[in-house]
Amino acid sequence: MKQNPKTLADGHAKFSRRALIFGAAQVGVLGILGYRMRALQLEQAEEFRLLAEENRINIRLLPPSRGLVFDRQGRPLAENEQNYRIVIVREDAGDVDAVLSYLAQLIDMPPERLERAREDIFKHRSFVPVTVADRLSWDAIARVSANAPALPGISAEVGLSRYYPRAQDTAHILGYVGPVSDYDLSRIDDQDPLLQIPKFQIGKTGVENKLERSLRGSAGIRRIEVNAVGRVMRELDREEGLPGDDIQLTIDSKLQNYVQTRLGGESASAVVIDCETGDLLAIGSAPSFDPNLFVRGISVSDYSALTENKYRPLRNKAAQGAYPPGSTFKMVTAIAALEAGVVDSEETVWCGGHSDIAGNRFHCWKRGGHGHTDLHKSLTESCDIYYYDIAQRVGIDRIAETARKLGLGIKYDLPMSAVASGLAPDKEWKRRVRDADWRIGDTVNASIGQGYVLASPLQLAVMSARLATGRSVTPRLVARRNGVAEPSGAGEDLGLNENILRRIRKAMYSATNARKGTAYGSRIIAEDFRMAGKTGTTQVRRITAEERAAGITKNEDRKWEHRDHALFVNFAPFDNPRIAVAVVVEHGGSGSRAAAPIARDITLQALYGDTPPLDAYPAKDRELIRQRQETFPQWSEATPKSPTQA
Amino acid sequence: MSYLEYRLQTVPTGLRKVLHLNWPLILLICAIASVGFLMLYSVAGGSLSVWAEPQMKRFAMGMFLLFVVAMVPIWFWRNMSTVGYVLTLLLLVYVEFAGATGMGAQRWIDLGFMRLQPSELMKITMVMFLAAYYDWLPIEKTSRPVWVLVPVILIMLPVLLVLRQPDLGTSILLMAGGGTIMFIAGVHWAYFATVIGTAVAAVVAVFQSRGQDWQLLKDYQYRRIDTFLDPSQDPLGAGYHITQAKIALGSGGWSGRGFMQGTQSRLNFLPEKHTDFIFTTLAEEFGFIGAFSLLILYALVIFFCVVSALSNKDRFASLLTFGIAATFFFFFAVNMAMVMGLAPVVGVPLPLVSYGGSAMLVLLIAFGLVQSAHVHRPRQA
Repeated sequence: MKQNPKTLADGHAKFSRRALIFGAAQVGVLGILGYRMRALQLEQAEEFRLLAEENRINIRLLPPSRGLVFDRQGRPLAENEQNYRIVIVREDAGDVDAVLSYLAQLIDMPPERLERAREDIFKHRSFVPVTVADRLSWDAIARVSANAPALPGISAEVGLSRYYPRAQDTAHILGYVGPVSDYDLSRIDDQDPLLQIPKFQIGKTGVENKLERSLRGSAGIRRIEVNAVGRVMRELDREEGLPGDDIQLTIDSKLQNYVQTRLGGESASAVVIDCETGDLLAIGSAPSFDPNLFVRGISVSDYSALTENKYRPLRNKAAQGAYPPGSTFKMVTAIAALEAGVVDSEETVWCGGHSDIAGNRFHCWKRGGHGHTDLHKSLTESCDIYYYDIAQRVGIDRIAETARKLGLGIKYDLPMSAVASGLAPDKEWKRRVRDADWRIGDTVNASIGQGYVLASPLQLAVMSARLATGRSVTPRLVARRNGVAEPSGAGEDLGLNENILRRIRKAMYSATNARKGTAYGSRIIAEDFRMAGKTGTTQVRRITAEERAAGITKNEDRKWEHRDHALFVNFAPFDNPRIAVAVVVEHGGSGSRAAAPIARDITLQALYGDTPPLDAYPAKDRELIRQRQETFPQWSEATPKSPTQA
Repeated sequence: MSYLEYRLQTVPTGLRKVLHLNWPLILLICAIASVGFLMLYSVAGGSLSVWAEPQMKRFAMGMFLLFVVAMVPIWFWRNMSTVGYVLTLLLLVYVEFAGATGMGAQRWIDLGFMRLQPSELMKITMVMFLAAYYDWLPIEKTSRPVWVLVPVILIMLPVLLVLRQPDLGTSILLMAGGGTIMFIAGVHWAYFATVIGTAVAAVVAVFQSRGQDWQLLKDYQYRRIDTFLDPSQDPLGAGYHITQAKIALGSGGWSGRGFMQGTQSRLNFLPEKHTDFIFTTLAEEFGFIGAFSLLILYALVIFFCVVSALSNKDRFASLLTFGIAATFFFFFAVNMAMVMGLAPVVGVPLPLVSYGGSAMLVLLIAFGLVQSAHVHRPRQA
């Protein structure tokens, strides 16, 4: 269309006007953009710079090295060994399968391990390092390093992992560590960020568990620059963590080793305590297990073998086990009665083999009876009737009080799992727990450590130490924490009449050294190391009248689970007590035959600090002892090494 | 005044046209594109071959096309406007149809050396067509309803096609570009007032009705609008991009972290770091100084175009020049507003800087048209 020149001129004028209006609007928008730029980049710059730092800087935790555990002589009991592992980064590896199969030839990986590693690799993002093999020998690492050019994406790393050089010897005391589980996290109230590290190792049982906070240390921090998908670009700085506290235990690992070996395959436990300081020199529980298996991840078959064993190797019987103390409790009853003045030490009681009390017949272990029996004879020959009598006179409450004074029925604050509190029953306890009145028969049973009375081998050892010293010796397991000594367990004077204690000790001495004493066969000949002790044999089931009539009371005739527990407590040397020992052999038969010899051997080993000379033993036992000493494995001071460290 | 009335002896011919090009504009374009090469080199982590090199090649080709287009007399382009518009519209329909039936969700046509997006091409062909339309339409008829309705329909056709792709960014640019030409051409302001008024009223009504018993939209639609308008409500989803972009911008400060030192972009926190969000890298590495300088360069491009448009007595040429300048303006203004958190993220690249073939070529062809209009402008004897 042909435009009219006049309107065209108008049109151009209008165009210019409109263009100016629009231009002004554009300038306005440019102004807003410029102003926004200024606001973001100049006024809020600090704030955004901070946000940018947070964006790119990631904080990674550095696990601290776990505190070490030593025995009283400074021998290592729990160490951190270097753990060589092979790590693969998928994106660097190229052909993962080819690299893995070549690696498998080098380090001898079984096919199922290889398959698991493969799954693991493809589960993670391509730049995440994945561990394919763990705990390799130095040789294997050397082979991998030598073949590095043929193994793209593969690198060897070194980390720390727990190793228990004394393996079975200290398994029950130390416990073991394992990777933290969801269950652990739900159970413990611990905000430590270290626990969020996958597979971080924490104490699961024993000292490792109870002293976890001291042993763990605190996390170090590594600041790294990451990109948006979390790939590590570079390390900015690092701050090492604080290693965990080193712990020195009171345990003497040489003695501990002897105790474990001596207990052997029995289901038994033994405790050796220092009378002076309360130091626990050995806490044996047999059978035992290798805690290193747990650290490395125990196989299902190994684990079920441990849980299905009727001797219950996972249980620390010395601290967790609570047994009726039997005749070893007679000292408690005797002291209670003598302290109360209800019986004189010269006074005799007639033992005819049984006694009828409140319509029930109570038997002495000796069917024919002991005849006229005084305190000394009652302990030496372990007469039961005497205690039935004096217990009725003194009453259960005073007996229970004396038991607690001597360390029974008390839970000790020791860093071991499930430390048993035992039981020193009294009238109030029965009313509260059993909702029943105390009966006279209960007192009679309790007087000889049967019935409701329960004590752990640990408590029996403490009792023995308290009898030996007259002080409230308190057991302790930790000698030093991070170099700082823990308070001694020597304890205050118990306030017991020293004359009474002396009579009791004398009676215990004759129980092991007098010809008629129940533990005469297990006496110590060595003049300086003579021991005083007391046997105990406790029924695990009632002997029925028929069995008694038929005479089927011999342990050997019964099933293992029905045999009596064998107990022995002692202290030595008699004139100057240094150590106290308690031994319990589950279903071992009689205390004098099953427990006393073990206690005697342990006592001598502890007092000599080494294999005792044969002339410390009674002449007739020497040949047997010599043979045993020869078959025992030789103790080596050198710390055993992890089998993988070739 | 038509081309027949041009006094041929005053309009340069042959290679002499080169001397009459709008050289400041060409230098500005080269400067802006160079900023782009620099930034693409930086976000690729110091690699030329990833983005910078292909971008340079395309720029070279685009500059060649610019000169070719500039040499061709503007009246030729005016005559080609309608053909260009119809062809582009057909291409849009074609990719819409083919994209829906067999080519996946492709919205481009493979030319072998590059992928052509018809929606990009539409940005200039529509401006050309509208300029030609208003050049042809008697000025007194400009505001008559029928003659207003025609361009509105011709704008809305491609807009709706592009919106279906869906490419909200391009449809906004098309609509804004078309509307601007109508405004400049002198369509009565009452039309604009009515449209803007109605739009504002509709928006107000939609928001006012929320929570009332006469609520106009469903609840989930409101929630979608909420995150669209304020992405910070969804910091890991829609808001992630804009939050990271603001962090990058802000952390640049006055003078920036330095070339190749931008942590946000190099560590991949920024999305689309080489395309829509490339401005954030510039702002992070060169700070306020760098970002503001780019803004000035863009403003100068607009300025030179507007001066050229105002001084051109040819109605088609001045409408075209102004329309292209306006489209260019919307391009970078929307992109900057978007990455600075002033506008929702709609997917508009930064012109001449962002990595991308179609946009770069189309823009350079558009500036070729501006040059052609400039070179072939009617001159007084």
